[in-house]
Amino acid sequence: MLELRNVNWTLPTGEVIIEDLSLVIPGGKLSVVTGPNGGGKTTLAKLIAGLVTPTSGRIYLDGEDITDLDITERARLGISFGFQTPVRFKGMTVQDLLETASGRALSFDEVCDLTGKVGLCTLDYIDRDVDTSLSGGEIKRVEIASVLARGTQVSLFDEPEAGIDMWSFNGLVEVFKNLKEQGKTMMIISHQQRLLEIADEIIVLSAGHLRDQGPTAEVMPGLLAGEIAGHCPVGRKESA
Amino acid sequence: MNTVPLNPISAKLLKTVAGFEGEFKGAFNIRQDTGCAGRRSSENIKIIPHREGKPGIEIHVAAGTQDETVFIPATVTRGDVADLTYNDFYIGEGAKVKIVAGCGVHTDDDLEAKHNGVHRFFIAKGADVLYEEKHIGEGSGSGRRRIDPVSDIYLEEDARMTMDTVQLSGVDWTDRITTAALKARAKLIVRERLMTTGEEIAKTRFDVVLEGDDAGCDLVSRSVARGRSRQEFYSRIVGKARCHGHSACDAILGEEAIVTAAPQLDALNPDAMLIHEAAIGKIAGEQILKLRTLGLTEEEAEAKIVEGFLK
Repeated sequence: MLELRNVNWTLPTGEVIIEDLSLVIPGGKLSVVTGPNGGGKTTLAKLIAGLVTPTSGRIYLDGEDITDLDITERARLGISFGFQTPVRFKGMTVQDLLETASGRALSFDEVCDLTGKVGLCTLDYIDRDVDTSLSGGEIKRVEIASVLARGTQVSLFDEPEAGIDMWSFNGLVEVFKNLKEQGKTMMIISHQQRLLEIADEIIVLSAGHLRDQGPTAEVMPGLLAGEIAGHCPVGRKESA
Repeated sequence: MNTVPLNPISAKLLKTVAGFEGEFKGAFNIRQDTGCAGRRSSENIKIIPHREGKPGIEIHVAAGTQDETVFIPATVTRGDVADLTYNDFYIGEGAKVKIVAGCGVHTDDDLEAKHNGVHRFFIAKGADVLYEEKHIGEGSGSGRRRIDPVSDIYLEEDARMTMDTVQLSGVDWTDRITTAALKARAKLIVRERLMTTGEEIAKTRFDVVLEGDDAGCDLVSRSVARGRSRQEFYSRIVGKARCHGHSACDAILGEEAIVTAAPQLDALNPDAMLIHEAAIGKIAGEQILKLRTLGLTEEEAEAKIVEGFLK
């Protein structure tokens, strides 16, 4: 279980990105974080993974205060983070990256298992460099595979659907379902209805505030109604 | 031929630069401190003294030779040695061979240990050469470790040469000069990797002339410059025909190192396609962040990035 208590994050310019945010991401469940662009979703994931440090407030993993731990320490505690915009490396192959992620040498079959889950043919990709020669969709899948390779208890994915074609996306949905069945804690930032539908919980973030959180069955109808009515979820809680 | 016994410093250097484990399989020539520490020809690969009377050897590979390897490493194992050798390679038509070169220089005193290898490659029609070269400098002395290789490559029609060169560490000064002339459909592929630290200086110069239609070259230099080291990369590709030339220089900078990259492309034919890419900079912060989210420390992440970059 992840918990944020009164977390604030302000840019050096004074712009408030996250304001007094308190929320619980339940363990062993799939939580999907959604909301308008610029609402603080990516920052939330970065705060949890340690890529940014809260201006104030505390973050807990299974009751342990991890606020002062750095990125490496949090990764070693079992938090993984799939970047929205994957990083490219000259000279590092797909296999190198997956082995770095898993912390050990991987057999061809193991690489195959990981790349297969994200819709990549291992033979075509195992020796490819994770550089500009990969398309946006290809590198995104490698990024997701790098998170899967770690097999950690907590996985954060920032818009995993971006750049993924519809056919591979179906496979990706299955991957998240499987992780859910294994009792892993997942937080996925997404606007994709298919992912919202398989979520246990939906968290709506807007303008750095928690606007809504609850079981999918409860939150989803409101989101859909808002979408149809062209309303943005901003302020809905206040007006409710 | 007078041979000198292989000394232990040489044996160690040879292991690093040429995978030496007490013997070489097939044809070989070991040059040590200007002398010869062993030579053997094979049925298809003949090694003879240089016919122009220069110090060095000639390597003659018979036409049609397939998948054979010849080892021609050189070592300098003490200071106050300035080795100059001329090695000429004659690769017969259709031959496919690997040449394992490599050079190690070692000094335990304050005198310079220097190796200057001048190589000429005459590669006949349709031949395919893989040339592997590793350079390293070692020893506890303050004397400069210097390696200045010169490679002049002549590729006939449909011939191909792949140069895979690595400078590992400890070479205080290197000035590499590579020239090539390519006939129709010939290909030259260069993969150069270079690491400099401390006060080391490394210069690399390429001058490639694409003379025949559909000739092509791909020169890729990747380097890491740390400490107060200095690197200079110069490349010139001349397209005299319908051809394709590409050069790339990527460098990672650390501490107070300095890197200069100066590419030149001369298109002397309207159908010449010439491209150069150069990127110099520190390791991208986001690369470190990504690897840290995989559980690596900042230092481990840096090492992993450099290892991949220079692989």
